[in-house]
Amino acid sequence: MTSLAGTTRTRTTLRHRLVRLAERATTPLLPADYLDLFDPLRPGADLRGRIVSVQPETADAATIVIRPGADWAGHVPGQYVRIGVDVNGVRQWRAYSLTHGPRRDGRISVTVKAVPDGLVSTHLVRRARVGTLIHLEQAAGDFVLPTEGGRFLFVTAGSGITPVIGMLRNLFPVTDSGVVRLARSTRYDIVVVHVAPREPDSIFAAHLRELDAVGAIRLVAHFTDEHGSFDVDALGQLVPDLTERQTLACGPAGLLDDLQTHHGQRGLDLQTEQFRAARVAIGDGGAITFAGSGAKVSADGGTPILDAAEEAGVLMPSGCRMGICFGCVLPLRSGSVRDLRNGAITTATPGETAGRGVLVQTCISAAAGPCELDH
Amino acid sequence: MTVLQKKPDNPIAHLTATDIEQIGIELDAIRQSVIDTRGESDANYIRTVINAQRKLELGSRAVLLASFFPPAWILGTAGLAVAKIIENMEIGHNVLHGQWDWMRDPKIHSTTWEWDHASPAEQWKHAHNELHHTYTNVVGKDNDLGYGIMRVDEDQRWVPLYLAQPLWNFLNACVFEYGIAAYDLELGRNLRSKKRRQSPEFKARAKQVLHKIRKQMTKDYLIHPALSGPSFLSTLGANATANLIRNLWSHSVIMCGHFPEGVETFERRSIEGETRGEWYLRQMLGSANISGSKAMHFMTGNLSHQIEHHLFPDLPSNRYAEIAPQVRALFDRYGLTYTTGSLPRQVASAWKKVIRLSLPNDFGRKRRAEVRPMPASHPTPTAAAA
Repeated sequence: MTSLAGTTRTRTTLRHRLVRLAERATTPLLPADYLDLFDPLRPGADLRGRIVSVQPETADAATIVIRPGADWAGHVPGQYVRIGVDVNGVRQWRAYSLTHGPRRDGRISVTVKAVPDGLVSTHLVRRARVGTLIHLEQAAGDFVLPTEGGRFLFVTAGSGITPVIGMLRNLFPVTDSGVVRLARSTRYDIVVVHVAPREPDSIFAAHLRELDAVGAIRLVAHFTDEHGSFDVDALGQLVPDLTERQTLACGPAGLLDDLQTHHGQRGLDLQTEQFRAARVAIGDGGAITFAGSGAKVSADGGTPILDAAEEAGVLMPSGCRMGICFGCVLPLRSGSVRDLRNGAITTATPGETAGRGVLVQTCISAAAGPCELDH
Repeated sequence: MTVLQKKPDNPIAHLTATDIEQIGIELDAIRQSVIDTRGESDANYIRTVINAQRKLELGSRAVLLASFFPPAWILGTAGLAVAKIIENMEIGHNVLHGQWDWMRDPKIHSTTWEWDHASPAEQWKHAHNELHHTYTNVVGKDNDLGYGIMRVDEDQRWVPLYLAQPLWNFLNACVFEYGIAAYDLELGRNLRSKKRRQSPEFKARAKQVLHKIRKQMTKDYLIHPALSGPSFLSTLGANATANLIRNLWSHSVIMCGHFPEGVETFERRSIEGETRGEWYLRQMLGSANISGSKAMHFMTGNLSHQIEHHLFPDLPSNRYAEIAPQVRALFDRYGLTYTTGSLPRQVASAWKKVIRLSLPNDFGRKRRAEVRPMPASHPTPTAAAA
């Protein structure tokens, strides 16, 4: 054992030395910067994926199939993945539910609906091309089904259906010859209450109907145009055995809050997943919070953040004070700022930026509503 | 060249304050037109350039593994020199200006980029982006006027040491990247007194530079020669030659930015309370372009469009050529001189100035005055930019 441990150590040291040598040969870059030229999906690379197909589902939805890099750690149906995609040359990050269970070919997919002012969703549905490299983070989220099976109720609204579809597809794959009943799926008894404005022709609604038709699930569709607004108190009537089921809900904040109250009062089990962060309101001036120091400065819409902060005694990085030297950039964690030179708005929505936020120049940016900076 | 405010024929005397503000508004509109159309094709441009540059460098270094074979030495050295020039000029300089920050790509960003250069990116950004670009051509504030070792303006006081400046300029050209590193370190100022020499801030920055230089030198003069085994010495020579070519080229290009005849300098007092329009005007008159082919513009990192670069240092370099005609038309409309010329002409002009100003201002004049009396000139201190 001793000799084995010794060998391992020698190997580690040798490997370490080789890495150091490679780094010295490529300085000021890293060996990875050169390897990325030839194999961006190799083990050890930053996690990326390549789009292998874009399958239109409806007029405004498409399934994007991605071959992830070698270090993709896999996922559990119901989880989501954060995707970084360049739209008009600008990297944007969004989270999408993985809409297929783990596939034998190792590929992953997301199904995206193009929403009217959705920068990324529109790009993915209408402009994404096979072969494009995208950026990924490992799958995340605990909105998943227990493997041992059980009785479940899914409550979904709008695009909240996507993680559920991922789970259902994994349990009940649909092939050309119809829905496949896998042995493991017999352990699950599932009711889906899906709320939508009207009878939709979306891929997901059709999918749910198909699963309902073959008896894989029981579907309760609630169309607000037809049945009126959805009242969670009616859940007991729609699902008589509600108390015997574990509820998993995904949809807008209002619905989830109502469910929280409803289930809380009855002592029922509820697991929720909220999809989109609330939109950031764009205003004129606002409170600027500095996350590091906790300082809070209020500024009008015409005062550069740098000036407002310094005025309030916050030490700031600074440079030319006219927007040319980039010596004052700080990450905007959340909120919006306005470029005082041309009025352009930059918004950081938590969860939709890479790393810590969007870097903004504080000397020419003013608060456009409440915002938080990393400093 | 004399500071513009002291010139008998002040080139901006004909402009009213309204004209100057109007120039600012028109330039803002040109800037906005680029921002409005900035997008995927620009992102593809910089990624293609970075990709090609890295492959050229790798390829050249691979060829140099056999540098004992003379054709391989020539090919590898030429390739490496070109790769290093592109890395410094079209990629490094421009990325460090924040020209590509809008892509939000952490790999191509002014806050993360480090370049193949003796000066650490962080120090260079302060000395260049902040000081030089803010105080362009203001005598006493912009140290790029002669880099603190040369006299390139009549208004800089002459001392006998300047007699040797043509020689210094040549030596500086050969080791330009180290010259810049020393300059960014403000070596002249910081070595002067014991207090400055021993300040922790200066020591930390000096350490940072030495660390960078050591890494750069280890790569070019130790690791890569060692990797080529029997070609050790020839690869070492190839790397030194590539660095020399890169230094000579970038020095030449950079001299053309603000040294050629026709470029104006400004009094320290003149920038007090400067408006945006006045700042733009100073950039317009304080810079000079180089005319030439697309390949030439590319190899200069588009610093051949120095005027456009100084007006809009954060716009992507690949767009300067497209807005240059609009900028030039603006110069014409307001009766201003757009200083430009071919590379040999501008380099010669810059060198001529370095040589001429190595002598006192009145050196030639005194001798000429013996033959023909100079016409009396009364410098009018115009509040040009005020």
